[in-house]
Formats: sequence, structure tokens, C-alpha cells
Amino acid sequence: MPVATAPASSALTLTGNRLPRWAPWASVAGSALVAWGVLVLTGEHTATTVAALTALLHAVALTSVSRYVEGPRRATDRLATTLVTVAFLLALVPLVSLLWTVVSRGAVLFSGTFLTTDMVGVFGDMTSGGVAHAIVGTLMVTLTATLISVPIGLLTAIYLVEYGRGPLAKGITFFVDVMTGIPSIVAGLFAFALFTLLMGPAYRSGLMGAVALAVLMTPVVIRSVEEMLRLVPNELREASYALGVPKWLTILKVVLRTSVAGIVTGVMLAIARVIGETAPLLITVGMITRTNWDVFEGRMATLPVFAYSQYQQGGVGVDRAWAAALTLILIVMLLNLVARGISRAFRPKTGR
Amino acid sequence: MSKRIDVENLDVYYGDFLAVEGVSMAIEPRSVTALIGPSGCGKSTFLRTLNRMHEVIPGARVEGRAVMDGQDLYAPEVDPVQVRRQVGMVFQRPNPFPTMSIADNVLAGVRLNNKRISKGDAADTVERSLRGANLWNEVKDRLDKPGSSLSGGQQQRLCIARAIAVEPQVLLMDEPCSALDPISTLAIEDLMSELKNDYTIVIVTHNMQQAARVSDRTAFFNIAGTGQPGKLIEMADTPTMFSSPSVPATEDYISGRFG
Amino acid sequence: MTPVPTSSQDSTVPGGGQAPHGAVTTAAGTPAGVPAGGRRTTAATMDEDMHDDSSAWAAPGPTAVDHRVSGHAQPPAPAVSLRASGASRVADTIFKGVSGATGVLILVVLAAVAGFLVLRAWPALTASPDELAKISWMNGQSLLEYVGPLVFGTLLSAILALGLAVPLSLGIALFITHYAPRRAAQALGYVIDLLAAIPSVVYGLWGALWLAPVLDPIFRWLSDTLGFIPLFAGYTAPARNVLAAATVLAVMIIPIITAVSREVFFQTPVLHEEAALALGATRWETIRMAVLPFGRSGLVSASMLGLGRALGETMAVLMILSPGYLFSFFLLKPGQHQSIAANIAAKFPEASGLSVSVLIATGLALFVITLAVNMVARWIIARRAEFSGAN
Repeated sequence: MPVATAPASSALTLTGNRLPRWAPWASVAGSALVAWGVLVLTGEHTATTVAALTALLHAVALTSVSRYVEGPRRATDRLATTLVTVAFLLALVPLVSLLWTVVSRGAVLFSGTFLTTDMVGVFGDMTSGGVAHAIVGTLMVTLTATLISVPIGLLTAIYLVEYGRGPLAKGITFFVDVMTGIPSIVAGLFAFALFTLLMGPAYRSGLMGAVALAVLMTPVVIRSVEEMLRLVPNELREASYALGVPKWLTILKVVLRTSVAGIVTGVMLAIARVIGETAPLLITVGMITRTNWDVFEGRMATLPVFAYSQYQQGGVGVDRAWAAALTLILIVMLLNLVARGISRAFRPKTGR
Repeated sequence: MSKRIDVENLDVYYGDFLAVEGVSMAIEPRSVTALIGPSGCGKSTFLRTLNRMHEVIPGARVEGRAVMDGQDLYAPEVDPVQVRRQVGMVFQRPNPFPTMSIADNVLAGVRLNNKRISKGDAADTVERSLRGANLWNEVKDRLDKPGSSLSGGQQQRLCIARAIAVEPQVLLMDEPCSALDPISTLAIEDLMSELKNDYTIVIVTHNMQQAARVSDRTAFFNIAGTGQPGKLIEMADTPTMFSSPSVPATEDYISGRFG
Repeated sequence: MTPVPTSSQDSTVPGGGQAPHGAVTTAAGTPAGVPAGGRRTTAATMDEDMHDDSSAWAAPGPTAVDHRVSGHAQPPAPAVSLRASGASRVADTIFKGVSGATGVLILVVLAAVAGFLVLRAWPALTASPDELAKISWMNGQSLLEYVGPLVFGTLLSAILALGLAVPLSLGIALFITHYAPRRAAQALGYVIDLLAAIPSVVYGLWGALWLAPVLDPIFRWLSDTLGFIPLFAGYTAPARNVLAAATVLAVMIIPIITAVSREVFFQTPVLHEEAALALGATRWETIRMAVLPFGRSGLVSASMLGLGRALGETMAVLMILSPGYLFSFFLLKPGQHQSIAANIAAKFPEASGLSVSVLIATGLALFVITLAVNMVARWIIARRAEFSGAN
């Protein structure tokens, strides 16, 4: 192949001055060294201060060197890269520390006995006692909330996707969105106001908490089911209609069956969301020390409220609070894992 | 402001997969070079290596040389951003920035290098580029309207105006007419024959007639089978390619026997 | 057409899939099925023609077969009847009626929430100053004087949290979508979603017992060096001030804002990014030219959703903030602020009679505020749908 004999016009500037690939890393290392040195001299070298000063020095150093060598555009690009990365690393700090603290502090009291005993006869600095009653309460309240919100959510979503058009559907869609934004404490107040009006001011029960949670859960269920139903290809519906299957049967046998995995996943995630709710349960269900299986009568212990009340007691209570938090996180993670497992196991069959 | 590109033994990989193998060709300045071939033969991939746009795809890499004006585009010290400044590109589907006005779209590339461009200079650049893209008369009264308000063909010419506003050396066109109607296609083809007075143009097309109409030289790419790398089969002056190609496969493709 | 993001089914955030979702419903007007381009309209009209129970069944194919399906239960009929068989028609009507009634139930519930709150707050709204003065923690204030500082505290903590969270979330979302390797990006997305699933009481524990000691030296430094600005003056340990509470709130809403903006950024058309790159833009310039303009309204609505969440969050504030009832801009002083939600949770267990009504009245104020914020967010999403529908 012939190579160009002579440049036609002025030489091209393809290269520009560029910093070598290792420049950012060198800048990080150098900044860390300088930061550490300076802070040791001033006697304020903690992990936080060194990290903060390193980030600052690195950003300044790399940007100014790049501006000098590579020009302002590259420098801005490098600064943006630095900032975005720092933002990300900064976000990892709470995640890692939160998980680590919950696991390490929770492990102090967490045991089989902790999961299987209640708080009857536990006083003062006794380290015995556990969360069995709170687990029962949490499961009962959440189950009741699920029983209320899933049928409502499912049917509403079906209405919106399969039948809904016109102002009513638009209104429902809008108010479901609005409902997603209800603060959990307001949902609790609603349940409290409703039941104390109907049953008398001293009435407390798991059902109250379940109604509050259902108010929070239903819009989430509607949203996720709606999304799943919309993913069912219209060809399937049309194929069913063309066979003369009436619409309601088509919905039951074709649409719902196709999207059942997604719906179950959505419901599980909705449960995971409300199972950790504290505020509405604090003002409706309250706290007791023994196990109560009756959702219709009497206070119930729940894990989040248990964690909060133990934290307030202080002393050994704080350890119990951490152990309860660990239990709660484990349940939430389990629900999330199961939900993801279901969606993964069934996803290929829906043909997406 | 038109440069030649000499490609020597260029291989393109996606990860471990060899997508294009051993391409050597000379792309002449102030001419239109057409790349033709069946789908998946690597002609678009090859085109993208000429301004290092393939690097957008993770794992894509190139071996060999692509020399523009004595400088290898793949030399270690070369900055891909600078390469793209010199080698403009127009895509299959028109892609004006939807949030920018017509004028801002034209100026988008210019503004990257020159933040404080004076109003007069900006207006000059807009008019010159839009005239260069044969779009000025159609849009001069609505330069502040969004670029997405134009028709498909106009949008594509707006994209060409945007590409030539930065005064590149080479203009790459990746099936620029495949999303357009025949009349818009004709307008773009006319434009290409004007633009080749100033620019080196490389165009990928599926349309044989288009290649025959607009190009000075034609390169035929082919692929032996799925999973095999695409190769440059032959390259010659367009009349020669379409009248008496030297390789039977080229003749088969051009006469429509496959592909 | 904005595709419904497949990953949003995995999102644990209620807002996770909503920005694009809202776009679909609003852009289409009548949500009729899979957003699959032009097919939507045909499917919608088909539904209407064949299955609207008010019209006689005219489509020959379906009805003929339908008749055969349930025909055996019917008296002998003409060979081909185009009339609907009664049973399935009734079933269809019932099914539509039940699902529609459930939808209406949602509206009823929402109305009931507002209604019961007003009903129970009414005694407080109409009570005389003397009656209110009997509640010890009202300190002789009128209801408005009592609610004012609480609304201020709620807004202050939520806005501070938003100010901390939005830049970080933007950075995280950009890192996941445009800087991290693709495979890592997916894993990182899961991790962020995981943060959203952590119960608020755990955040409260973490904030009060882990974060507060960590923040202490930072706040002390801030107060020492920037103390001449009243905003940062007068820090006293422990870190139980409004800035600490806002930090925890920020950590709680970062996953929400990140999840929504991540979805929006992922949907940036490749075409526009390539256009910017081909003009010789650097990565950051590509983001500024193609990604941010496309995702701006999505980011705004994501922030509004986060704000709504921060406004209503109870436990984190309750467990961290040392409460006070002042219109105070001393961000680092303890005992200056309190949020409505935390105040309710703190006072409710011991409250009775009129004081319950007062607390419910403050809850009503919170309800109205969050409602307004959410409506603004929806409005922005709806506008975005119109905007992106033009493409």
C-alpha cells in the first residue's frame, strides 16, 4: 500500500499532550502520602481525615496538572471523573459500615435462644430474653397486611391494565401515585383514627397495624403488578380472544398465568418494604413482652418496635436492639433473595 | 482540509472474537469511498475504527495501522477525542440533540473547543455549515426551533451540518440514507457529491445503486460464514468494480446473486 | 416510546420504575397493554369492539367459538349464533365490575385517610386557647404557633437531606451508568437497591450509635473553622443536631434517587451519546451534552420523590435528633428542631384526649405537605412524558 508522500496542508494535531495512564493512580498515591504526612504532623490523622484530605489533594493536583499539560477540556473531564468516583466511594461508606455494625453488634446477643424466647420475666440487666414474640407479631401483622393489600392491589392493577380507560382509570392511576407518597406515620394515624372511632379509644390490635401497613403496601403492589401485566405481550391476549375465550378467562388463564412469577416477586418486595416499618406500628400495635397470636385483640410485639423500645431502654437493651435489627435485616434479605430467585427462575419462560 | 487515510493490515477484535481481519486500503482525499457488502461483514465496524468510535463498545480493540497524514491513529500517544475532532461521523439514524435548537445543534461541536464564541462568529458558522449541508434555505427562519422539529431528511442534513461545522478532515457516513425516504436520499446524495470537493468521504451503504452513483472508489467486504471474520475482498474504482470486478464473489454480490 | 425497564421489577424502591412508568401511562392516555409502538391502538380498539359488554358481540370469529365453548349448557340454537352466550357475558360483567369496584376502593381509602384525619383533628382545630393550654407540651401556644416550628423543622431537615443526597446520587448514578464496567454496574445497582430495603429503625440505630460519634469531630471542626457563620455556630457534642439527622435521611433517600436516575440515564439514546462522541466530546462533555439534558426532568422528579420520603421519615429523626421547637438556623446546635413525624411518634404513646387530636392535626399538615410535593413530582414526570414522546 502506498503511504502518503507529503502532507497536503498543516500537520495534524491528533496527539495533543496527554498524561500517562498511571497518572491518576500516582496522584492518588502521592496525595495519600502527603495527606498522611501532614495530618501526622498536626496530630489529627484518623481514617476519615486522611481520606478526605487525600480526595481533596488528588482532585486539585490531578486537575491542575491536567490543565497545564492537557488543556482545560481534559482537566474538566478528569475532575468530573474524580468527583463521580468519590461520590460513589462515599456512598459505599454507609452501606459497608451499616452492614458491618449491624452484624458485629448484633452478633453479641444473637443466638438460637434469642430467636426462640420472649421477654416475659426479663428485667434490668438480664441478658436473657429474645425476640420470639416480636417475630410472631411481625409475621402476623405483615401476613394480615398482605392478605388485605394483595387482593385489592391485584384487582386494581387488573382493572387498570385490562379494562381501565377514561377518567376513572386516570384518576385511580393518579391517586395510586399519590398514595405511594403517604408518610408511614400518617398511615398509622389513619389506622388509629379509624379503629378508635369504631372500637373505642383503648382498642389496640395487630389488625390496626396491619391496616396501616396495608395502606402503605397496596400502592406498591398495584404498581408492580401493573408493570408485570403490561409486560404480557398483547399477541397472547389476542391469540386467546381469537380462540373465543372470554375476556375474564383470558385474564385469569393467560395474562395472570404468564405474569405470575413477576407478580409474586413484586409482592415479596412489597412485603420486604413494609416489614421494617416502625412508626405506624409504634402508635397502633404498641409493645408487650409475651407472644400474642390474636391479631384482632390486644397489643403485639413487632421486631422494629422492639428494636426501638430496647434502644430507648439503654444498657443491655442496646445489644438487644442490635440483635433484633440483625434479625430484621436477615428476614428482609431472605425475602429479597427469594423474590429475586423466583423472578430469575421464571424469567426465561415469559419469553423476555 | 482533506486528508488521505492509509490502512495497513487492520484487525478488529471484540474481546477474543476477531470481527474484521487484515484490511489494507488507501482512502483518497477529495473523493467518496463506498464500503459495500452483506450484513455482518464488518464494514460498519471497520468504518468506526477510522475515528475510533468502536471503542465505545467495551472490549473492542484494534491491531494494525491506520495512518492519516503520516500519523497512526492508533499510536499510543494519540488522543481518541482529537481523532474524532478530525474525523467526523454521520450515523444511520439522524440524531440531532433533542434539547438543543437547530443553531445550537450546529454549534455543539464548535462550542466544545471554543466556549466563548462571539455571536457574529457563531452566526457565520451556523450559516456556512447549514449552507454546506444544503439546509440553510429550509431552516433559516427557524434556527431557534428544536432540531427534532425537522423531517427525517432535514435532521440528517442537520447532522451533516453539525459534523462539518468543526471542519474535519474526513467525513464518515454509516448508511446515512437507510432511514430516509427516496427524496431525502437524493438530497443527501447530491450533498455528498458537493462535499467531496472539500472532504474525504467514506460511506457505508447497502444500496448498490447508491454506491455506484456517489462513489469514486468502492470496497467490497465479505464474510465466509457466521463466526468468521469479515475481510476486504477487493477495492477498485467504482466503474471498474461495477463493470468488471476481478473476484467472482464481488460480481455475485453486485449482480444480486447473494447478500 | 419509553420502554418499561425490565430491571425495575427487581427494584425495591416504590419509585424505582415509576418515572418511565408514568411516562408510559401519561403518554398513551389510555393504558391498553404492552407499549409496543403502533400495536397499542389496534389492540385497544379490538378490546373495545369485542369485549365491551355494552355492545352486542359482532366479531364473528370469537363469538362463534365462544358459543361452542359454553353451548352445551344452552338450549339447541341455530347452527351459528352470533349472540353472546349469557353465562360468559355475566361472568365478564362481574369480573369487570369487581375489579373496577376495587379500583374505586383505592379512592375511597385515600379519601378515608384524609377524612378520618380531619375528623380526629377537628377537636384540636376548634378548641379554645384555654383548652389547648391544658396540654403541658403546648406551652400555652395556639395550634398554629405549635405547628409552625414543626413544619419548619420538617422542611429544614428534609431539604438539607436533599441537598446532601442529590449531588451524591447523581454521582453514583453516573458512575454506575457511564463509568463502571457494565457487569460491575449491574452488581452495583443491586447493592444500591439493597440499601433501600434496610428498615428505617436500623438506620436510626446506625445513625445514633455509629454515625453520631463519626460526625462529632467533623462537626467540631466545622464549628471551629466556619463558626463565624451563624449557620455553623455553637456545636455541642454529641452530634444530635439537625445536620446529623439530615445526614441519616440523606443516606436513606440516596438509594431512591439513585435508582430512578439510574433508570433514566440508562435510557439515554445511544444515538445521542454517539453523536456527542463523534464530535470529539470527552466523556464528561458527552454526559453534559447528551445524558444530563435527557435525564434532567427525571432527576428532578426523582429528587421530589426523595424529598417526599425525607419529609415523612420518622424513626431516623426520632432516634437521632435532640428535639426543640424553634425557628432556628443553627444547624449544629442540639435542641433546636423537631420534625412532625418524629414529634408524633415521640408524644403519641403517652397522649390522650385533646392532645391526640393536636398530634393528628400536625399529621394532617404533614399529609398535605407530602401530598403537594408528590403532586409536583408527578406533574414533572407527566411533562417529561410529553417531552420525550416527541422523539
